[in-house]
This record gives sequence, C-alpha cells and structure tokens, in this order.
Amino acid sequence: MSPPPRVALFVTCLVDQLHPEIGVATVRLLRRAGCEVDFPMAQTCCGQPFFNSGFRPEAARLAKRAIEILEPYEAIVLPSGSCTTMIRAEYVHLLEEEPAWHDRARKVANKTYELSEFLRHQVNWQPPTSQNAPTITYHDSCHMCRILGLKEEPRALLTQAGCAINEMSESNRCCGFGGLFSIRMPEVSNAMTGEKLHQAAETGSAMLVTADPGCMMQMRGLAEAHGVRVEHLAVLLEMLTTDSQI
Amino acid sequence: MTTLHQFRAEAAATIADAQLQISLEGATHTFASGRVRALAELPDADALRDHFKATREAALGRLAHYLELFERNATAAGAQVHWAVTPAEAHDIVIDIARRHNVDLVVKSKSMATEEIHLNHALEAAGIEPVETDLGEWIIQLLGEPPYHIVGPAIHKTRQQVADLFSQQTGRQISADDIEGMVGVARSALREKFLSAGVGISGANIGVAETGSIVLVTNEGNGRMVTSAPKVHIAVMGIEKLAANWDDAAVWLALLARSSTGQPLSIYTSAITGPAKEGDEDGPQEVHIILLDNGRSQQVGTPYEEALQCIRCGACLNVCPVYRESGGHAYGSPYSGPIGAVVTPMLMGLADFEALPQASSLCTACLDVCPARIDIPRMLLQLRADEVEEKVMPWHERVAERAAARVLSSDKSLRFVAGALRLLQTPLARNGHLRVPAALNPAKGRKLPALAKKSFREMWRKGEV
Repeated sequence: MSPPPRVALFVTCLVDQLHPEIGVATVRLLRRAGCEVDFPMAQTCCGQPFFNSGFRPEAARLAKRAIEILEPYEAIVLPSGSCTTMIRAEYVHLLEEEPAWHDRARKVANKTYELSEFLRHQVNWQPPTSQNAPTITYHDSCHMCRILGLKEEPRALLTQAGCAINEMSESNRCCGFGGLFSIRMPEVSNAMTGEKLHQAAETGSAMLVTADPGCMMQMRGLAEAHGVRVEHLAVLLEMLTTDSQI
Repeated sequence: MTTLHQFRAEAAATIADAQLQISLEGATHTFASGRVRALAELPDADALRDHFKATREAALGRLAHYLELFERNATAAGAQVHWAVTPAEAHDIVIDIARRHNVDLVVKSKSMATEEIHLNHALEAAGIEPVETDLGEWIIQLLGEPPYHIVGPAIHKTRQQVADLFSQQTGRQISADDIEGMVGVARSALREKFLSAGVGISGANIGVAETGSIVLVTNEGNGRMVTSAPKVHIAVMGIEKLAANWDDAAVWLALLARSSTGQPLSIYTSAITGPAKEGDEDGPQEVHIILLDNGRSQQVGTPYEEALQCIRCGACLNVCPVYRESGGHAYGSPYSGPIGAVVTPMLMGLADFEALPQASSLCTACLDVCPARIDIPRMLLQLRADEVEEKVMPWHERVAERAAARVLSSDKSLRFVAGALRLLQTPLARNGHLRVPAALNPAKGRKLPALAKKSFREMWRKGEV
C-alpha cells in the first residue's frame, strides 16, 4: 500500500490574506483526493505583481525565496492559475542569468501544479456527483487558459460534480484584473469587468466560476450591479462534494 | 506623447460613448471571427505560422544583407532606392522629388509608415497638397483625425457620420442608407485627384529582396491607381518589411489578409518591380523606394528586435480587451493596440509614451493570434522593467512597490504589517469589502476587497484547517 502523496500548498498571498476560504477548500479537496497536505509557513508571495510591474530584482528575490521553501516537496499545488504560471513558466526566465538558480527553478517548475490539473491528472480524483449542483458559467483566466492550456480540467471536475455549464460568448476574454493594471487604469479595467459580467449574466447561470482568486476578486468588485454571483472553483467543488448548502 | 492621465481620459470617453463601443465591438469582432474562419481553411495554420516566424527571424537576422540585395535588384529593374534614417530625411526626399517635377498635388494610398513620420504635415508645410485615397484614410483626413485602427482607419465612424461629412463636403443631402451614393461621392472626388496628381505615394506591405519588388495589399484598388496613374511613384517602406524571396513572400501573403480581415487575399494584391517598361501601356515613369529606418535598426540585438517581425495585420488589436474598450485614439499613435504599445515607445521613445506599456492586463490574447507569433507580452514586461530602471515610473510608486516587496520578504514582516492593516481597516470593512468614499477609491467605482478577519496562515497555525 503506497503512502498518500505529500503535497505542499502554496496558497498565494491573495488567498492567505484576503480569501482564506479558498485555501481551506483547497486543503479539504486535496485531502478528499487522498493527499497529505503541508503548508510551509515561511511562504509569502510568488513575486508576480512585482515582475509584472517591472521590478525584476524584487521579483527575483521573492522567486528564490519561494524556490528554497518549495523544493523539498515532491509536488506543489496552488489554487491559482496565474501564480502557477509565475512559478512554472516565468521563474526560469527570471533567473536565467544565474545557472544554479535557473536549474533549481526548473526542478520546482516541473512539480508545480494548478489545483484542477493536479486533481485530474496527478491523482485522478473522481468527484462524487451532487444532486444540488447549480448551472454555472466558467471564466477561463488568461494565464491558466493561454499559457498553461488548462480549459478542460476545471470543466471536467465541475461537470462530474453535477454542474451544467452554460458557456459565455467569450469565456476566455480577460476579466480586467491584470494585477496593478486594475489600479493604474481603473476605468478600462472596470469596463473589461463589466463586459465579462454582462456576458456571464446573459448565460442565465446561477454562478460565475473561476479558478483564479485575482479574477474572482476583480469580478466581485462589480458583480452586484450585474446580479452575478462569483465563486472560486475550489470553494464550489468543496461545497458540492460535501453536499452542503449552496 | 501619451501620459497615463491622457490615455485614461481618452479611454474613459470612449467607454462612455455607447455608439463608439458598438462600432469598436462590431469591427473587431468581424475581423477576429473572420480570421478564425480564414485560417481554418488552411491545411495547418499553426505550422504555417511557425514557419513564417522562422522566415521573419531569418530575414531580420541578415537585414543589412537583404536590404543591399533589395537595393541592387530594385535598381536593376529601374527603380531609384533612397535611404532615410530619420523622418526629416524621408520628408526631404519626397519633397525634393515632388519639386523636381513641379508637383503640388500628390495622391496617397494607405501607409502607416507615412503616418508614423507625419509625411502629410511636412508636405502641406512645403505647399504640396496630399490627398488620401483609401476611403477610410480620406474620411479621417477630411475630419482631421488620426487613424483608429492599423487596418481600418475609420472604424469608429458610423454611416451617419460619414453621410453627414459627405453632405458637408458636396453641399448635397446624402442619406446614410445610400451606400452607393456615398461610394459615388468618394469615387468621383478621388478619381479627379488620381488623374491630376503628379506623384503617387504608397507604403509597401512587403519588399522582396530577390527581385527588388514591392507588394501592395489593398481592398479598394486605390493602391493600383496611386502607383500607376501619376507619372512618379514613391513608396515609403519600413526596413523591417523585407522578405528574402518570393517563397517567403508567398507565406507572408497567405497569412496577412487572413489574419487581418479574414480574406484569403485582399481584393488587389500588386507586385511592382520598377517603373513602366518599354512597351508598357501604362505605369509610372519613375519609381522611388524610400527605405525608412526611424529607429528600427537600433532594435536589432535588443529584447525588442522581435517587434520588427510585425506585418501590420491588426489581428492583435481585434482580440485585445484593452483596445476594444479604449479605442485607437487613446494610444496617441498611429500604431495602437498591443503591437502599438511596443513599437510606439520603441520608435518614438519610452519617456513620451509611458502609458502604453501599462495599457495591458497581460492577458496574452495578442500572442495567441499573431501570425508571426510575436511575444508582445514579453516585450511589454521588458518595457515596464525599463520604466522602473529609467525612473519613468513616478518615484512614489517605486517607493511603494519596493516597500511592499520588503514586507513580503519574510513571513514575520508580512504577519506584522497585515496585522496592523487589519486593525486600521476595522471601521471600513463590511462584508468582505472596504467602504471608501468614492473620491478616494483608486478602483473608481469597483469595490475594494478587505483583508479577511483571519488569514489562512493563522488558521493553519491554530490547527483550524
């Protein structure tokens, strides 16, 4: 009998400080899928906001810190497509001038997973089907969809858990967050979010689901006016697979 | 020049204009969905794009060689090749040619390179009247506006606005439903100009080094009229528009119109190799090709070299969620959208166009559709890093970000600062959001998130997870 896979949760700074319920749901899902979850306390941030703003030395320092904290583990899981992209796709470029760090970055990248892909491909978790599952629409966040290529994974989990999915006309159109872009160009950012929420409302779904906490936060900031309920994939899946009140 | 403030103001006006939003969505959606259909007709569009990128890299990797080859072959075909390092040099060359032929009226087909160097302005200052003959360019010329989109300069104008403009121009009452009538107005006005202009000025979509030819891609036939009716033809071509040979040009053409408007080819694709030959019934007596540098050669060997692979198809604009809200004028440059956000600061200086690398959520939709697979997001990130290093970014923003990075450099400092912020936010936090007076909200109408009462790490520490 093989031991349960041990994964390190990199919960992300947004989840840690603003939406811990996403972290809690993630841990429960991983345990339900048979994993042992560790939370290396020293973690803070993957460095993406600094990299995206042009603060490369600062981003590199945070990247090295994250690598040191995560490399002892056999697998690292994140409830965020954009932070997964940072660790998996960007760290190697950020540290390419330092061969030793570049190598360590590559090794960590090879064992870093976004939550839905981990559940589906690494541990082959089959969620039980809930009879109370809502009809939802799913937002393909930019990095997860276009850089990591993960579109089928979250949908498969949601469908298996009982959800019907009504697709938006442009499920992969950016929600308008873009990190600090949402503060630097708030008018454009809000217009982009408004378009996304409008498309979501048009599907007539009970919920707009996303696998990215940044997107969720952004869309919730304007959701009331459109009458749209926005949930994170982990929170919804966790609710459905314990059959709690939606 | 375009500051952050200016971009935001122009974008906000565009967002508030319901009709403009409809025009923008309509045009970009039509182009973008056309592109998908047109590429699906190819046996393997993805492989073709990979191959195309390789040809662009190879040509730009030996740019000097191919430019000289182009010059030799164009000259052998009877054309005259000029080299313009700066816009002023290009202006002087054009004005000199016009003056030598006693020309005071020139007709132009659409050329973004000539917009880039403000050629019309220079011609007018020299007493020479330029008339745009691409319908969209003519419309914006009459209105005194800059182009709105790399491919469709007047996509922001409705039929009604054009009808009003033409009514004004002709003194007649022209209805917005009378499309034929409107086209007729343009045709008769422009026909007269084609036949009386002494010089025709075009751009060049492709310069083929193998034969010293230039290729023009238009939908209106004005490119052919401009380059054959007047006695003298001047083509202004960015030096990066070189294809080594006709095989590479064929791949370029297979992707250009498909990516741009969803057509397999534009209505008129013309290859021009020198002036009229002995026995030709028509054609210009002189063909001048101005090879325009204006900062392009400086990019070779830098992180921005890849931007030179652009073929100005506009595909990136059509999928850019920022462009689709803000419109083309917000960028303050003839090159708008994602590629514009890179080439404008690249060619015209980052300090003057600080807003453009910021005008992106880094969604990567542009990279996804570019026929040459240009990694625009990578270059936007590089420009942002340059803005920090060159202190183009305001000092208080730099201080704030560096402070935030320091707080995140240890979990202890994070816990300390987050704890302090939790206390401070108490009077403002309600239902997960911060109640902040509208005037003080940096998110301008969007609700800001509050810190959770308890962080995840605290819950874990207390064994609650």
